Formats: sequence, structure tokens, C-alpha cells
Amino acid sequence: MATPVMDKVQADATASPYITVTFRVRRFNPEVSAEATWEDFQLELDPKERVLDGLHKIKWEQDGTLTFRRSCAHGICGSDAMRINGKNRLACKTLIKDINPEKPITVEPIKGLTVLKDLVVDMEPFFQAYRDVMPFLITKDTNEPTRERLQSAEDRERFDDTTKCILCAACTSSCPVFWNDGQYFGPAAIVNAHRFIFDSRDEAGEQRLEILNDRDGVWRCRTTFNCTDACPRGIEVTKAIAEVKRALITRRF
Amino acid sequence: MKIHKYDTVIVGAGGAGMRAAIEATKRSRTAVLTKLYPTRSHTGAAQGGMAAALANVEEDNWEWHTFDTVKGGDYLVDQDAAEILAKEAIDSVLDLEKMGLPFNRTPNGTIDQRRFGGHSRNHGEAPVRRSCYAADRTGHMILQTLYQNCVKEGVEFFNEFYVLDQLITEVDGVKHSAGVVAYELATGEIHVFQAKSVIYASGGTGKFFKVTSNAHTLTGDGQAAVYRRGLPLEDMEFFQFHPTGIWRMGILLTEGARGEGGILRNKDGERFMEKYAPVMKDLASRDVVSRSIYTEIREGRGCGPEGDHVYLDLTHLPPEQLDAKLPDITEFARTYLGIEPYTDPIPIQPTAHYAMGGIPTNVEGEVLADNTTVVPGLYAAGEVACVSVHGANRLGTNSLLDINVFGKRAGIAAAEYAQKADFVPLPEDPESLVVGQIERLRTSTGNERVAELRRELQETMDANVMVFRTEQTIKTAVEKIAELRERYKNVAIQDKGRRFNTDLLEAVELGNLLDLAEVMAVSALARKESRGGHYREDYPNRDDVNFMRHTMAYREVGDDGTESIRLDYKPVVQTRYQPMERKY
Repeated sequence: MATPVMDKVQADATASPYITVTFRVRRFNPEVSAEATWEDFQLELDPKERVLDGLHKIKWEQDGTLTFRRSCAHGICGSDAMRINGKNRLACKTLIKDINPEKPITVEPIKGLTVLKDLVVDMEPFFQAYRDVMPFLITKDTNEPTRERLQSAEDRERFDDTTKCILCAACTSSCPVFWNDGQYFGPAAIVNAHRFIFDSRDEAGEQRLEILNDRDGVWRCRTTFNCTDACPRGIEVTKAIAEVKRALITRRF
Repeated sequence: MKIHKYDTVIVGAGGAGMRAAIEATKRSRTAVLTKLYPTRSHTGAAQGGMAAALANVEEDNWEWHTFDTVKGGDYLVDQDAAEILAKEAIDSVLDLEKMGLPFNRTPNGTIDQRRFGGHSRNHGEAPVRRSCYAADRTGHMILQTLYQNCVKEGVEFFNEFYVLDQLITEVDGVKHSAGVVAYELATGEIHVFQAKSVIYASGGTGKFFKVTSNAHTLTGDGQAAVYRRGLPLEDMEFFQFHPTGIWRMGILLTEGARGEGGILRNKDGERFMEKYAPVMKDLASRDVVSRSIYTEIREGRGCGPEGDHVYLDLTHLPPEQLDAKLPDITEFARTYLGIEPYTDPIPIQPTAHYAMGGIPTNVEGEVLADNTTVVPGLYAAGEVACVSVHGANRLGTNSLLDINVFGKRAGIAAAEYAQKADFVPLPEDPESLVVGQIERLRTSTGNERVAELRRELQETMDANVMVFRTEQTIKTAVEKIAELRERYKNVAIQDKGRRFNTDLLEAVELGNLLDLAEVMAVSALARKESRGGHYREDYPNRDDVNFMRHTMAYREVGDDGTESIRLDYKPVVQTRYQPMERKY
């Protein structure tokens, strides 16, 4: 049997990989001061390490008061969305080498949500918008099958992209419309509505479309594609929003 | 300090906690206390699938699943519990589908199934397709679906509330659960929750290892809270090392990758699992595969300049198959290693993954105070618990199953108990232990740092109580942990504030990890045999005469305040399967 050539990857594994990097972090603690400030930290990091590793190094070795949320550290729990060099990303999915460590790396909280301390924001308005689109399967309960509902692989594929959402808020907090008007549902809520509207098993698509037809709904989207650029899961958010808009016009979904 | 009163309080909002919450909320006034927002829980990181003998794609039945579970657990499984797990698996999967979970589908539109380690047809004849899955994000879809249904049912969450103490009140000489004490991250305020029923569903303890698939937040908080109150922990020496973690990082690469046809290779390109498991090969159970990998590495057939890893080879699989079935893990390889899995093999090493042991419960989720006595009002489910359905080694896809079957059972049992029972009185000054702990940490002027002690703990655990253990290595770990526990008394934090003080919480979490690491090492030292995930090089065989029994570890405090661990043992429930030699 043909086997691939092993040992291609670690040519550089033995050389010392560490470089000096500056993290410029937006600090805010109302227990200390009403004003937010920038603070610089010098770090030794392997360029293959993540921004989250850098933040941990600061917290664990330099300043224990630095505060941020994190959990899984590999891009699946959605805790550590932040603005890194002006762009929304997950700190655990952003490698130092991919964001030019020559210059100070700026790290600040995501925008449009109230900052509570350092990089921690109030997520409640974000989750409220999510809850408002009825993000759960709704079926008419007559004749519930004893086995699973059937769904063709094609019907399943129809909403596959929007099932990837981890509710990190990177999309919603990158949206200029949301920055200006916190009442706007925002891309993440629409993505999660899309996930059910286009699920062949669901029977409440019309209700969800009516919710999104609201003045703070899907028509506020100005198609700037910030959300699609920001999504750490690679969801085509703007496309999903466009599909919801189209469904509102054609009433076909 | 605030006092709340609920019928049922659930600690943790991962799969088990939310599955329990859906049931408990329908039946009783329920609060869910969770240190993370529910969708941040580590259930979301599970990838490969959830086992159930649906027989959608080939012949299968729950009896075969029961056998595989018992054999996979190296016969330390309580067989009555395994039978419930396998039988109720089918309805558990169908429940989730009806709740909206988007499983992958067969051409007929039924739920698709794939192969997974240790799952076989007809008692080990050949691999069977039993894992129900949603690409390689099954855990993510379970977590999202359960949260969605919690929203639907109006479950009441207290997000970012850390439960730090279990309240026990003796009534007529019997220990009853009276409630819990929680710390609110946002404000630093202490909350006492008086409750008729408490369910722990707070997950695992993996962060006492360095190379681990576990989240930073998996620090055994639930286990530590009940252990400190004198309740036992069962089978803590059994920890699973998943064969395929990303080299040095420990990030999980699902066994589903091998279920889809992926192959493990050493530096010579050899498919070495053929030597160790002629029938199941790369799909042998996880303990077997992890030991085989380390055997290859120790015998000089590891890859890389330091020979410290092997490869997971997916290059022979069509890119379309990788895109459709394994999109997340191939993305991890690209993001974190800069490797293209279409063309290059992925460097992997075993990664600390799952605690088989935990808070002992019966099949209704009721927590045990000893081998037989139930603690009225106290329940546990999921990784925090030990039913024991996983015995000495859990099969892949049985944990997503466990949280659904026993999360549901515990939710129903706890709420039904709450409907009948009265509140038991709170102990005097119920918040005192937590307040003392918090204030001590906040005001400490010691010179030890949390991160340094944690690093030393993780390094000693990786070096001494991982895949291979001996009396000597375990003793080294026990001594080191004792030293670290002593130094922990002198730990200080920098953040003295009340608002979002994660510095403080990391110190609390380290205390939990140290307590549990000690229990694990002491339990491992006493088990002079090899079984499942616990492999003693000095006792390489299973010893059913002396060790076909569960370890029960109790914290003892002497009159002079000195702490020690007392070990006791509990019989294994055997029904239809007699122990046999385990071959794959």
C-alpha cells in the first residue's frame, strides 16, 4: 500500500521560535476608573501561538487583573470574540504570525455591547435578540412520528451553513448598523432564524419571517459583508441574510 | 449575601445540565447555575457522534451495544447501568431529533450512522455503524439544540455563577442536600440557593493535565464541592487519554476520522495498529490505541526530531469526504498546524480527555454517601458523575449518550423528589466556608502564584500518572501534589476587586484541581493491576480476584485538622457478561 512521506513538518521544530511582541490592550475597570485606557505589554511568544496564549501570559505572569472570557481555546465555545488589530476574531483562533507581530497588536472588546471590565462585554442584549427569533424547532404536534422525522440529505444541506453558529457575537458586533442602533436584531439572530426557516421539518417559518420583517429586522442590513468577514466559523452570513430577505418577498423557503 | 429558594437547582449547563433542566423545569421550579454561558460548555467540543443501535444502516441491537460498553470498560462497568444506557440510547437520539437536532441523513432520510472505536457487531466480530452524527460537530449540535429547547421551555439560568460549596444538613442522622452556595462573577456577591433537589452536571477535571482536550474551565468544581463535604468519589484513577490530540496542543481530532477510514502511522509509514488489534485495528478502544501509540514512541518509531508523536493519515480519503464529514478537524489542522490534511498527515499524540470516575450515583442519578446509602435531594449526571457506565475506559460516542440518558433521568428524578419533599433547613451560616475561602484568597499576602502551581501540577500529572504508570511514578506525583497543596496555602492573587474577578476564580479552581489530583493519584497507587485507562507497568495484568471493584475515596479530617484520604471499595454489578480477556 502506498504510504505518504512522513516527517515533512518539523524542519524548524528545534530552533528557538520565540519573538518579542507588544500587546496593546484596552483596559477598563469602573472599580478603578471611569475612563478606558490603552496599556502595552511586552511578551515572548512563538509566532505559532495564539492571541489567547498571549493574553494568558499577561494574566498569569504580569498582571492578574487583566480580564477576558475564554473556555475551549480552539474556536468552538465562542467565549473569546474580541477586536484584534481592528477586526473581530476569536483570540484562540488567531495566530500571532497571521497578524503582523512587527507592530503592536491591539486587543479591545467587541463593539456595540456595553463593556463591563477590560475585554468582557454585556452579552445579554445579544442573547435577547437570539431568543426573540424563536430559535427552536416548532412543529404541529399532531401525528408526531414514533421514529425520527425523515429529511433528505438535500433538505438537510439547505441550512447546514447556519447550524455552525457558536453565538460568539463576532458578526453582530462587527455590523455598523448594530453599532448605531442596538435595537437591530443583528446578523447572529438572523443566522439562527435562517437555520429554522430553511429546515424542512420546521413549521413556523412564517412567524419568524414576520418577526424579521419588523423595522429592526432584516431590512436594516446594508450588505457591508463585515459579518461574513468576521465569522470564525466561515458562515456566509450575508448570504443567509439575503436568503431571508428573498423569502420575505417571495414567501418561499 | 442573597438567599434564593428553588425546588430544583442544577449546577452546570452543558449537555447533562440542560437535558436535566428541560425535564426539571416542566415539573418543578428550577434554577440552573452555570459558571459559563450555557453555549460555552465543553459538550460543544465533542465531535464524532452519539451511539445508539438504531440499525438504520446495518443490523444492530442494544444488547450488542451493552456488551461493547461492558467490554470497553474492561468489565468494571456496572452492567445494569450499561443496559439502561444502551436501551435508552435509541429514544435519546430520537428525542434530540424531535427537538430539532440536524443529524446527517442517509439516502432514505433517516439518521445516518458511522463507525467508532470499540463498537462492534455481534460481540466483537467487526466494526459496526452505530454512531449518530452531525458532521464532526455532534456535540456542538447537541449543546445548541438543548439550549434552544431550554429557551423554548423558559429555563431560568443564572449565568456566570460559580457554585463553590454543597450544603448538607443532617436530618434524623441522615445527610440531606440543603442547597448550594454560589459566587456571582459579575459582582463578587455570594448567593445561597436553598433547594429541595440539587443536580451536579458540572463536567470533568481534565485541566490537571497539561496536554488535554479539555477547556480551561474544566476544573472539577462539582466533584471538589461534594468531596470536601465528606462524600466519596468513585474510580478517580480511571482517566481516558484520547489517542488523537493535536501534537503538543492536545486539541481533539475525533475518532470519527478513523471511523471514516483514517489510519495511524509511525515514522516508517507503518499502520502499526494492525499489530496491536488485528480485528478492530485503528478502531480498537481508546485505552488500547493510546498505549499502542506510546509503545511505538518508546520503541523509537515515533515521528519528528524528538520522535514524540505519530501521524493521523487522512490523505487517502477523498477531499469531498473530508469536507462533508470532517470539516472542523481538518480546519483545526490548517489553523493550528498549517497542515493541509488532503495531502499531509497530521501529527498527533494522546491527550487527556475524560474522567471515567466522579461522584457515585445509582441509575436514577441519586448521589451515594457510601456503597449503598443515598443522599436525599442530591443528584449528579454526566462527566461529573460515575454511574458507572464507563468503568475503566469509556467508549467513544458513549459520553454524548450518557449526558442525554442520565441527564434526563436525573432531571426527572430530582424534580419528582422535589414535588414530594420539604425543604430541609439550611446549616447555620451557610455561606461561611465560601466567604472564608474568598476572603483568604483576596487578602493573602503570600508569595505563590496560581499559574506557577498549576503549571507544576500539570507537568507532574503528565509525567507520572498518564498512559503508563508505576508505583514509583505515582508516588512521585503524590509527593509533588502534597508539596503543591502546602504551597497553595501561600497563594496570592493580584486582582483584589469584586467585579469579574477571574484571577480569584482561577485560584479557587486550582484548589479544586489539587484536591482531585491527589484523589486520583492515591486511588491509582492502591490499584495494583492494569485495567482500561489505568495501566500499571509494574502490574501489567488485570486482577479480577483483588480489583474487580470500584474505588471509593473519602476525605478524612483528623482531630488535629490534618487531612487524609481513606479508600474503600464497592462491588461491581454484573448481570449477563462474565469477565473475559479483552482483545480487539
